[in-house]
Amino acid sequence: MRITQGQFSFLPPLTDDQIKTQVKWALDHGWAVSVEYTDDPHPRNTYWEMYGHPMFDLRDPAGVMQEIVECRQAFPTHYIRVMAFDSSKGWETPRMSFIVNRPDNEPGFRLERQAVEGRSLRYTMTSYAVDRPEGDRY
Amino acid sequence: MTQQVDVKARYTPGVIPYKQMGYWEPDYEVKDTDVIAVFRITPQLGVDPEEAAAAVAGESSTATWTVVWTDRLTNCELYRAKAFRVDPVPNNPAQFFAYIAYDLELFEPGSIANLTASIIGNVFGFKAVKALRLEDMRMPVAYLKTFSGPPTGIVVERERLDKFGRPLLGATTKPKLGLSGRNYGRVVYEALRGGLDFVKDDENINSQSFMHWRDRFLYCMEAVSRASAATGEVKGHYLNVTAGTMEEMYERAEFAKELGSVIIMIDLVIGYTAIQSMANWARKNDMILHLHRAGHGTYTRQKSHGVAFRVIAKWMRMAGVDHIHAGTVVGKLEGDPHMIRGIYDTCRETYTPQNLETGLFFDQDWASLNKVMPVASGGIHAGQMHQLLTYLGEDTVLQFGGGTIGHPQGIAAGAQANRVALEAMVLARNEGRDIWHEGPEILNQAARWCTPLRQALDVWKDITFNYESTDTPDFVVQESVSA
Repeated sequence: MRITQGQFSFLPPLTDDQIKTQVKWALDHGWAVSVEYTDDPHPRNTYWEMYGHPMFDLRDPAGVMQEIVECRQAFPTHYIRVMAFDSSKGWETPRMSFIVNRPDNEPGFRLERQAVEGRSLRYTMTSYAVDRPEGDRY
Repeated sequence: MTQQVDVKARYTPGVIPYKQMGYWEPDYEVKDTDVIAVFRITPQLGVDPEEAAAAVAGESSTATWTVVWTDRLTNCELYRAKAFRVDPVPNNPAQFFAYIAYDLELFEPGSIANLTASIIGNVFGFKAVKALRLEDMRMPVAYLKTFSGPPTGIVVERERLDKFGRPLLGATTKPKLGLSGRNYGRVVYEALRGGLDFVKDDENINSQSFMHWRDRFLYCMEAVSRASAATGEVKGHYLNVTAGTMEEMYERAEFAKELGSVIIMIDLVIGYTAIQSMANWARKNDMILHLHRAGHGTYTRQKSHGVAFRVIAKWMRMAGVDHIHAGTVVGKLEGDPHMIRGIYDTCRETYTPQNLETGLFFDQDWASLNKVMPVASGGIHAGQMHQLLTYLGEDTVLQFGGGTIGHPQGIAAGAQANRVALEAMVLARNEGRDIWHEGPEILNQAARWCTPLRQALDVWKDITFNYESTDTPDFVVQESVSA
């Protein structure tokens, strides 16, 4: 399977030039870009590890690209996403999120159903990868 | 401020013109705390515009048809609405825009029912006007602060769904009526697995003989959960809880919550009070509340009589819904581009300045009420993606019902075509490309590697709905009246 979180997961993997152009869009809007990684891609796993803080004072896309390249070298088989944080009034929330690195093999999720009263079901979704310890999953 | 009234003449028993009863005050200084309404009035022959405006002010506040001495037991100057300005409607000598101010004291805090009982109560059947339309309202911040507003709002909805930087994608299950619960869930599963974020019940899917509501909820949540596991994304289905009584709606909403749905849905026809109650329920239960505007066309569409949809959108932002159907511009349903812009701004902005071109008559500060996500639904398809993104922006749900389910290679292929078209267009926009002009080429490029998109573009390439809009702006450049 292919996890389709993020803005551009239905497109072919973005080239570094394409990533840089998207980062420029964020910086042009005054958003702070950050790089995050994880090996637990459950959709409710909100807090991926931060590869450093959001780069509030960095205005050069090339600098962000450097961080992405370093993060990829450190975590070549993790999911890595680029996020853009908007601090302006009325937003104060992420405005962009897209995946820039993913493992070659994505085993996906197991869906468990617990039958309860009235034909209802309780659903639990678990990544097959998290059966192994953190850092040893992909 | 208020004009001097000759008390003896004013309260002599009998019938006197509304103007003389104190409902016309051209010198009135509007207060920041006043509610202001602007009506399009078509007076009966022989009724002058100022008298018609005064009559509308009177009938939507304190007046009755004759003089009553009991007015004098009250601080009646305060409770009288004041018509303070009448403008001719450009190119239409039979109609006038009348501006009327209402003191904040006239309204119960936090009640759309109370507001509308005054503003669109008896007055719309009043004989002295041939036709009457509520064009716009200015809500004072002091009054907005008595409403809780959208329970979730755009910002929190996106955070909960973990979806940023692109419009959301939806579809309405078709056919509207007749599918069994099992068959219905199939459509939901295919569309979500294929790439949509949401699927939606239609407005008239409630609990009919072919599909009981519990069955629908169970099968839909199976579909949502399966699709979520297949994609690693948060997915949702708007479970329509509209029913005959509040008790029944609460029961359905509770069941949706128990099953783990992120969103429920109501229809506008349940009424303002029921909407506010469901908004409270949604706020208490961390639920996104989707509103289908079923029924609005009966009173919003004709320019001469009724209530403009931008006013309904304002009321709904106050009442507290998270999604509202707000027009597509390019689809099958009514929508002039400028008017749709005004409605989208009303839903999404924290402050909307007066803009007569988009139908906004007043500066409006939205205080801290959450933003409502506008939903574009009805006759739209992947080939229009550049137009949709340009007209409607990023914070919207684009709903492709026929444009997903009608795909020649099936529902999942239709969903994939829409998602690829959307992501390709957002990518191109962010790269600085001129998507309005280059849109078709951008879609064709993506269709080279995405066969379902190629098929979608081929099937619907020439489908447009170019009819003249009935609700269009009438304006001349003039000064703002809201200080």
